[in-house]
Amino acid sequence: MNATNHSFSLEKCLEHLKHYLPSQAPLKDFIHHNTLHAFQEDDFHTALEKAATIFGYKVYLELKEYRALFAKGSISERALERALTDHIEGDSRSFYRTMLFNGPGDVQPDKRIGQVRHYWKSLYKVDMDSRVHPQLFRLISGYIDQGVAVWHFPSSDEGFLASVRKLEQFALDGLFRSKRVKKLLQNEKTELNDLLTVLLGKEQLFENYLFDQQFAHPGWSGMVSVLENSPNALLHKKAISLYDLIFIECLFEIDVLDDVFGKGWEPIVAYTHSDPLPLFSPVRKEVGMALFKIWQDAYEWSYYDQVLNTLVAGSKYPVKGEGHDFQALFCMDDRECSIRRHLELIDSKCQTFGTPGHFNLEFFFQPEGGQFVTKVCPVPTNPLVLIKEVENKLKKRKDLHFSERNHGLFGGIVITTLAGWLAPFKLALNIVKPSISPLTSSPSKHMDPKSKLIIENQNGVVENGLQVGFTIEQMTDRLEGLLRSIGLTSQFSPLIYMIGHGSTSVNNTHYAGYDCGACSGRPGSVNARVIAWIGNHPPVRKLLKERGIEIPFTTHFVGALHDTSRDEIYFFDTDQLNESAKTAHEKNEAVFKLALSRNAKERSRRFMSINTSNEDGQVHERVKLRTVSLFEPRPELNHATNALAVVGRRQFTEHAFLDRRAFMNSYDYRIDPEGRFLETILNAVAPVAGGINLEYYFSRVDNQQLGAGTKLPHNVVGLIGVANGIDGDLRTGLPYQMIEVHDPMRLLVIVEHKSDVVLQSIQRNQRTYNWFHEEWVHLVVWDPEAHQFYRFRQGVMEAYEPLPTGVEDHSDLKPIIESSWENINPFIIKK
Amino acid sequence: MEQFILTLIGIPFLAFVSSLFVPGKKEHTIALIVKLATGINLLVAIAFSIAWLLQGANSIHFTEMTVLESGHYVFHLDLFADKLSITFLLVGSILLFLVAIFSRRYLHRESGYKRFFNVFLFFVFGYLLILFSGNFETMFMGWEILGLSSFLLIAFYRDRYLPVKNAVKVFSIYRIGDVGLILTMWLSHHLWGQNVAFHELTDVKEIHSTLINHSGEARVIALLLFLAVSAKSALFPFSSWLPRAMEGPTPSSAIFYGSLSVHIGVFLLIRTMPYWEDQILINWFFGAVGLITFVLANFTARVQSTIKSQVGYASLAQIGIIVIEVALGWESVALVHSAANAFYRSYQLLISPSLVTYKIREQFYHFQKRKSTIEDSWPKRLEYTLYIWSIQEWRLDSGMYRWLWNPLKRIGRMLQFLSNKWAFLVVIPAMVTGVTLLTLHTKLPQFWLNLLPNVFSVIGLVAVLKAFTERKQVFASWLLVLFNQFCILLAIAFNEHLSNKELVIFLCGVVFSGLTGLLALNRLKRKEGLIALDAFQGHVYEHKGIALVFLLACLGMAGFPITPTFIGEDLLFSHIGENQFFLATTVAVSFIVDGIALIRLYARIFLGPHVKNYHEVAKRSS
Repeated sequence: MNATNHSFSLEKCLEHLKHYLPSQAPLKDFIHHNTLHAFQEDDFHTALEKAATIFGYKVYLELKEYRALFAKGSISERALERALTDHIEGDSRSFYRTMLFNGPGDVQPDKRIGQVRHYWKSLYKVDMDSRVHPQLFRLISGYIDQGVAVWHFPSSDEGFLASVRKLEQFALDGLFRSKRVKKLLQNEKTELNDLLTVLLGKEQLFENYLFDQQFAHPGWSGMVSVLENSPNALLHKKAISLYDLIFIECLFEIDVLDDVFGKGWEPIVAYTHSDPLPLFSPVRKEVGMALFKIWQDAYEWSYYDQVLNTLVAGSKYPVKGEGHDFQALFCMDDRECSIRRHLELIDSKCQTFGTPGHFNLEFFFQPEGGQFVTKVCPVPTNPLVLIKEVENKLKKRKDLHFSERNHGLFGGIVITTLAGWLAPFKLALNIVKPSISPLTSSPSKHMDPKSKLIIENQNGVVENGLQVGFTIEQMTDRLEGLLRSIGLTSQFSPLIYMIGHGSTSVNNTHYAGYDCGACSGRPGSVNARVIAWIGNHPPVRKLLKERGIEIPFTTHFVGALHDTSRDEIYFFDTDQLNESAKTAHEKNEAVFKLALSRNAKERSRRFMSINTSNEDGQVHERVKLRTVSLFEPRPELNHATNALAVVGRRQFTEHAFLDRRAFMNSYDYRIDPEGRFLETILNAVAPVAGGINLEYYFSRVDNQQLGAGTKLPHNVVGLIGVANGIDGDLRTGLPYQMIEVHDPMRLLVIVEHKSDVVLQSIQRNQRTYNWFHEEWVHLVVWDPEAHQFYRFRQGVMEAYEPLPTGVEDHSDLKPIIESSWENINPFIIKK
Repeated sequence: MEQFILTLIGIPFLAFVSSLFVPGKKEHTIALIVKLATGINLLVAIAFSIAWLLQGANSIHFTEMTVLESGHYVFHLDLFADKLSITFLLVGSILLFLVAIFSRRYLHRESGYKRFFNVFLFFVFGYLLILFSGNFETMFMGWEILGLSSFLLIAFYRDRYLPVKNAVKVFSIYRIGDVGLILTMWLSHHLWGQNVAFHELTDVKEIHSTLINHSGEARVIALLLFLAVSAKSALFPFSSWLPRAMEGPTPSSAIFYGSLSVHIGVFLLIRTMPYWEDQILINWFFGAVGLITFVLANFTARVQSTIKSQVGYASLAQIGIIVIEVALGWESVALVHSAANAFYRSYQLLISPSLVTYKIREQFYHFQKRKSTIEDSWPKRLEYTLYIWSIQEWRLDSGMYRWLWNPLKRIGRMLQFLSNKWAFLVVIPAMVTGVTLLTLHTKLPQFWLNLLPNVFSVIGLVAVLKAFTERKQVFASWLLVLFNQFCILLAIAFNEHLSNKELVIFLCGVVFSGLTGLLALNRLKRKEGLIALDAFQGHVYEHKGIALVFLLACLGMAGFPITPTFIGEDLLFSHIGENQFFLATTVAVSFIVDGIALIRLYARIFLGPHVKNYHEVAKRSS
């Protein structure tokens, strides 16, 4: 059956499929990324139109939502007019203007996916999905399962297909009914092409069909494709490939058809006369889609212009004096935006910085007793260093309800009848007085703060190919890089806090998405502790001094962890401070405490169940309770509402109230005239912040297909994913509870530097350049000397004047924070 | 004491009704109603239990009201309480209160917040009505309410395909169980010449003498009851609906399908013990089904790779054992076991999302290569075979299609030669003839009088089967269901004389609902043009009002206790003689199929992924 001149190449088709399938890792490694990464070589709007036409995704808000935003004033008339001018030629503008407001509300192109597979229903009257999916999902999830089932898939060492073959071979009565299918399976020479021929009969249909088939359950296909590429994502290793999955699926399909029609059925080609429209043939531009494009641009720039105007107004305020009580480095994460503001408002002599939360350290971490190593730096990096923990004294408590003993004959009866009586008390206790339990995902469980870390490499020790600890040279490189990139090379204060972050939550399957993205979805506590240790290490300081950065001996680094959902900070190794530093630290701790409770209060305005105008302490307690309550689906709102990324000095942003919507990476253009550090920063900001932003964007505009839907009915599948009910496909993207308050707009990156230097910096890395050039993120440059904005567009930096918007100023934040749960427009904080 | 019982049933009902009038945006008000209702119920339940113990733990019985008396037929609303009801009451009240508080926050800002709690309260009402029902008629009302609220809870996410499909599936199986109850009522009418109240069952002697004299009927009654028990408690062969019911928000799965709903079968089994406990064979049979359920569910639970299906089957395995305990006569053991199982499974489901955090951390520190389980030591052939069967849930789900639904559909499809036009050309003249013949009733020869009821019941069944399999025409489908009801009425009218009052009672609900349904469909057609039936349409997205009206019309047609037709159905059965098994069966099957056909109509037209794509529409597989 194997013809030699294939016009259809299975290998290519599978590659193509993998490119478009969701690429979300198993839950424990959940990390944000651009949901539509497959379309990223096109410019944003073209890509979206393609995605909508080919796969039927919804890629913008609904027209009626834009119209409502306009009515509310969130989209300004002038911004809309400008977007119209940008996108539409002169003559047709008035037509489009009418359509924007009065055109029909239900424009969405018809999708191409599913054309061929639809024939089963329309011509054969067979509901293929209903009959195949439940069997297929159960089989594949049984195979991959990482620890839900008690009795595991037998014979699972040689790959999915081989295992199924073996299972079927020995079983009395196998998975398939049809003799022909059994034969096809047992014949090791059968190829996927043969099965496709049975089903379709004609190669021209293969590619369309495979896309239809796999995109009917993108969750499972995507998971299999991810696991095929990175088998190490599983603790219990499973050999799996997309080929095997499709092979088994086709067998199930033939089995169904044999069951319904006996042998007397013909492949699809027998009933179709015309070839289907190739999925990826050019997409015709539609009027409807142009409307979305105009609305979206107007929506984004209505907000951006307010921000830019506020920043300009803020830049006119005098710069703070020198000499600081303390300095604090936070993650660039948008969730740290407000705590920095509160700290500065409470102690006007403190200085804060933002930088990716791995603190320029890339290593694997192994807690004591841990059977594996955990990567705690950005996902794309390949660390060569291992940091080990010793003397961990944290107790790990167990919970009977997850015990496998529940499922024996006697175990089941005994456990049920005895533990059953405790269940209502436990539940009542959690409702009345929630507290941390073995069920909680808490960043403080990541590492015992009282344990010891092996940070310095001794005599070149290597374990499993990883160097244990950093050398002095390596430590110095990292610290130097960190300090220079944020512009902290002199005027060190007596205490410098290195603050990583993590998040406490319970009953939360997506917990990894709540921790630090720069640490591969783990809490940043170890990184913070290690970088502080490095900063205090005398040989490092000595070498650093030789390289031109002199840290006075009166300066101490302190590592810390900010729990972003509880708003608590844990400081590490404070017992090693000397007396004067200890006294200073105690004073600062009070500042942190106050800032945390104000931050909790600011966050609480988004939580309907908390009355923000209550007294600070009370509000903070309620915020903490949320994080350990089983019934609370929103321990925090994560990156929701993120829209900005500012790369520049703090003085550029410190007067502006940005409402927790900005990623902030500290950077001093004065010490980086060639933009070398800037290049590194933007190489990270574009994919990391941009990835987060776009995942929120797409999960918000199509929560059903690109997001995970509401999390309330989610069912944990094999510890790797969630599905609805027991028959559903794995859900990718973010659940509704994470994105419901998000405003879907692209990230605006604002860089403080000369426009030509910024241009050169992004041009040096094609991938980064692509992010900006294709407008998946916007780029605006602020030239602090010329006092001028530049907008990067179609490869050039054009001088940009924001549309005038009023800029308010306020000195008291409290009434504003208490006034509304909605987004607050940027304004100037009068100090 | 009577006041206690009335309060316990009355509170959820009042709460349900008042919750209907709160605007959907007012989460706080809705939550307050639910919290108060379940909270007060818990307090009253505790006070009642103490009072009951103090008065010597005697069972309580009273007739609240007589709804209808017609000739020899009486419909009492009887209430009853004993050890059994009180155990279930306490377990239920505790769980309902805790889960109500849990859900109040868990569902915050979920679209359908109000709908969830409306249905929640409705469920509570139905549940308590069953617990305190003093006769089958009263219990049947609760039974129907439970079935409907389950349907609505499972299909809570009504804009997705799977919840709706599974809700219809579960509803259909419940409906089979309902027939068990209907026919039980019918048979016991004839055995005792009246409706049996549960308190009379304790009068062992009388019951036993009747049962011994009619051992055939006694066996049939036991089996019919067990059909109802099996359907509701997901015993073999109905097990596969249980995990599929877990489509709603986790708390509703936890409380209803993890605990209260599935144990209600056990309740019925214990409640009706006097009917069957002296029939050794029946005891063995129940025990055997319990054992089979336990074995199958236990194996299935062991291979489940999703947490909810695992807990669902684990719960079911315990229910299998509980049924064995009941069959052995260990009533108290069964009660203790049921209560513990209900608590345990609810809690397990509520904390199920934490499984990921917990297990991943455990594996990180205590990773072990897969331990071999007992199955691994068995011969490969046995191991692999059992594994495949377990992962296929012993083909119970596909079996339901293969052996039940598909044959029904096939019959329906065989009727396709009968186009709708022809169907009406047969049915309408048949009805006209029927009515004409009816006026000549007394003059007809006995042979005809014996035959005609069967003929009309069969015509009715054909009509409803056709409605059930109709893929295109909505109106035809609706009318066929309506005709089915008329045919049944004709069949009974030929069988025995029906008084005008009885006719009106049965007809008023049917006619009113029938017309309302037609109007609703017509309105929808004017707005949307063609309404197809071959796929889910999801019109509720744009037409919430029409959807509600149509749902009510469906319920009225199906004899749900919102119109007098509910009593009418029971009334009709009282006119079927005790030896007319064929007639009783065709009518009963008609009732099952018409319920399913109606809910299918509602689901296909109004639920599922919306046909319009300008907003987010879920994938079919999600």
